[in-house]
Amino acid sequence: MAPLLQIKNLRTEFVTQDGIVHAVNGVSFDLGEGETLGVVGESGCGKSVSMLSLMRLIPQPPGRITEGEVLFQGQDLLHVSEEAIRRVRGNKIAMIFQDPMTSLNPVITVDKQIAEMVLLHNDVTEQQALERAEEMLELVGIKRERAKDYPHQFSGGMKQRVVIAIALACNPTLLIADEPTTALDVTIQAQVLELMHELRRKINTSLIMITHDLGIVAEMCDKVAIMYAGKVVEYAPTEALFTHPGHPYTEGLFNSIPDLDSDEEELKVIQGLMPDPTNLPSGCTFHPRCPYAVEACSKDVPPMVEIEPGHFVACPVRGKPYLHLGK
Amino acid sequence: MEQTHPMVEVTNLKKYFKTKRGMLHAVDGVSFTIRKGETLGLVGESGCGKSTLGRVMIRLLDATGGEVKFWDEDILTYSPRKMKDMRRKVQIVFQDPYSSLNPRLSVSELIAEPLLVNRVYSSAAERNRKIAELMDTVGLARRLMNAYPHELDGGRRQRIGIARSLALSPEFIVLDEPVSALDVCIQAQILNLLNSLQKQFGYTYVFISHNLSVVKHVSDRIAVMYLGKIVELSDYKSLFVEPLHPYTQALLSAIPLPKFGKKRDRIILEGDVPSPIEPPEGCRFQGRCPYRQDVCKEKTPELRELEPGRFVACHFARALVPAPRK
Repeated sequence: MAPLLQIKNLRTEFVTQDGIVHAVNGVSFDLGEGETLGVVGESGCGKSVSMLSLMRLIPQPPGRITEGEVLFQGQDLLHVSEEAIRRVRGNKIAMIFQDPMTSLNPVITVDKQIAEMVLLHNDVTEQQALERAEEMLELVGIKRERAKDYPHQFSGGMKQRVVIAIALACNPTLLIADEPTTALDVTIQAQVLELMHELRRKINTSLIMITHDLGIVAEMCDKVAIMYAGKVVEYAPTEALFTHPGHPYTEGLFNSIPDLDSDEEELKVIQGLMPDPTNLPSGCTFHPRCPYAVEACSKDVPPMVEIEPGHFVACPVRGKPYLHLGK
Repeated sequence: MEQTHPMVEVTNLKKYFKTKRGMLHAVDGVSFTIRKGETLGLVGESGCGKSTLGRVMIRLLDATGGEVKFWDEDILTYSPRKMKDMRRKVQIVFQDPYSSLNPRLSVSELIAEPLLVNRVYSSAAERNRKIAELMDTVGLARRLMNAYPHELDGGRRQRIGIARSLALSPEFIVLDEPVSALDVCIQAQILNLLNSLQKQFGYTYVFISHNLSVVKHVSDRIAVMYLGKIVELSDYKSLFVEPLHPYTQALLSAIPLPKFGKKRDRIILEGDVPSPIEPPEGCRFQGRCPYRQDVCKEKTPELRELEPGRFVACHFARALVPAPRK
């Protein structure tokens, strides 16, 4: 069976005064029905832009998608009409943005904001849409009585619940959550993650979770894609990635997080900085910072190699099949 | 060696803000001590008063009540002139390296500012030598001397903030969420820098953060705040191995661990943090506490020393509140 979503060699760039910013540089991955994929990387690695590209939400100009295919239920979203993509957006693919404070309209009551989505994609009366909105609020753990409240009357965690209610109002097949809990405190984050877990069991949507927090990935995701400088450098089932990461960058990410269970004095850091996206290094974009780099790394772009079933690594030096399982 | 005499002694410190709806109790009677050369971590969620506490401690905000003693002298009673001298010894590094630096000053001007204000050096040559030395200390390449903040990434900007705070050779530095705006890899670089600076120069830190794994990594002791009060204060190990306050337990259990298949029993708290405006009598946490009893509503629990060095503000710590299962 074909996967629900297939992204092949997606490239997005932005034309700026300082040159062309290569934000997404050939991203490929698959997502099966009901699966959860974590997309992890630091600011500027292209994780959000690749998601916006697949929804065709990149402002053009200055942005442009230069290459690639986004097959969603067999349909290439990059080449359908504007009208067709609008039927997909919000309806079949919904998105949750990072900041619940800015993604809600401050002058409209929350039930109307949910109903707006329902009315747009379904043949229902306004009354029915508002009824559905109240159901959705209940689903995300907000009492019906609060339906006529405005966003400012809710706390951060509650607002994010409203945003989730909007995203799920049309029963999307795919939900993209862009750092859904980054703006929230840790106990509130725990509430929201718990809610998302529960809802996924109930509704069975597929989920792409963009995050920089590997802890959230360990908890929520079946598969992980690690992005660096606009590319997926490692793509693996969560267990494989956490037990034997293949790419040196993934390894560096893990080493940068202080471990709660041990007492390391010093963190093993990745030297240097993210490369300038207008002027990416040749060959493997990570090679200037990589402790394992050999001469060939600065020349050839490393292909993704499957080092074990489902575990892909774009590193010819470290990403050898089962190279460091004994570690 | 255990020092008997603490460097900083904070007693019943309070900071209230007047609002339209009543008094906001941002910091509500906190007491603790800090030893020379140690790092005290201050954790809590947004609005718990941790940043306000950091600022009141060094008189960037005026306290409503209480004492802050540095080597037995209450700096809250200092005259402005005396305080100005004191300010050379206490410094702060702010959270957001994007907004805490003047965009129109170059790197060398930014680092020179504290030196100029305090007239430390009479000649420009001496001053420039010090600036270059500070840039080396914090790991900024000297070629960046004439760069402006907008040309630099967050990690480098934070290094400027640190260099500024070190310029006057302080004894005591408040680090207010110094790595929260940074990506994990850069965050790790800055944490290592702060660590090695402390080793080299013997600084005393107060490290304020909402990120528990970061706080654990840098701190010797940790104070957990909730709604203006310290609910638990302990050495970092005991706090993580066996948290005593129900809030600390919930907070620790809420951290998603970056490990596969290692799930702990998560305590999901009900509701949100209540308003700090005119808080009622009783335990601040009782509305969300799974172990609350009638007395929690009536009597505010004091921060008491349950075991040597382990303070907790809960009527029922160890009595009703079970030890967490790992």
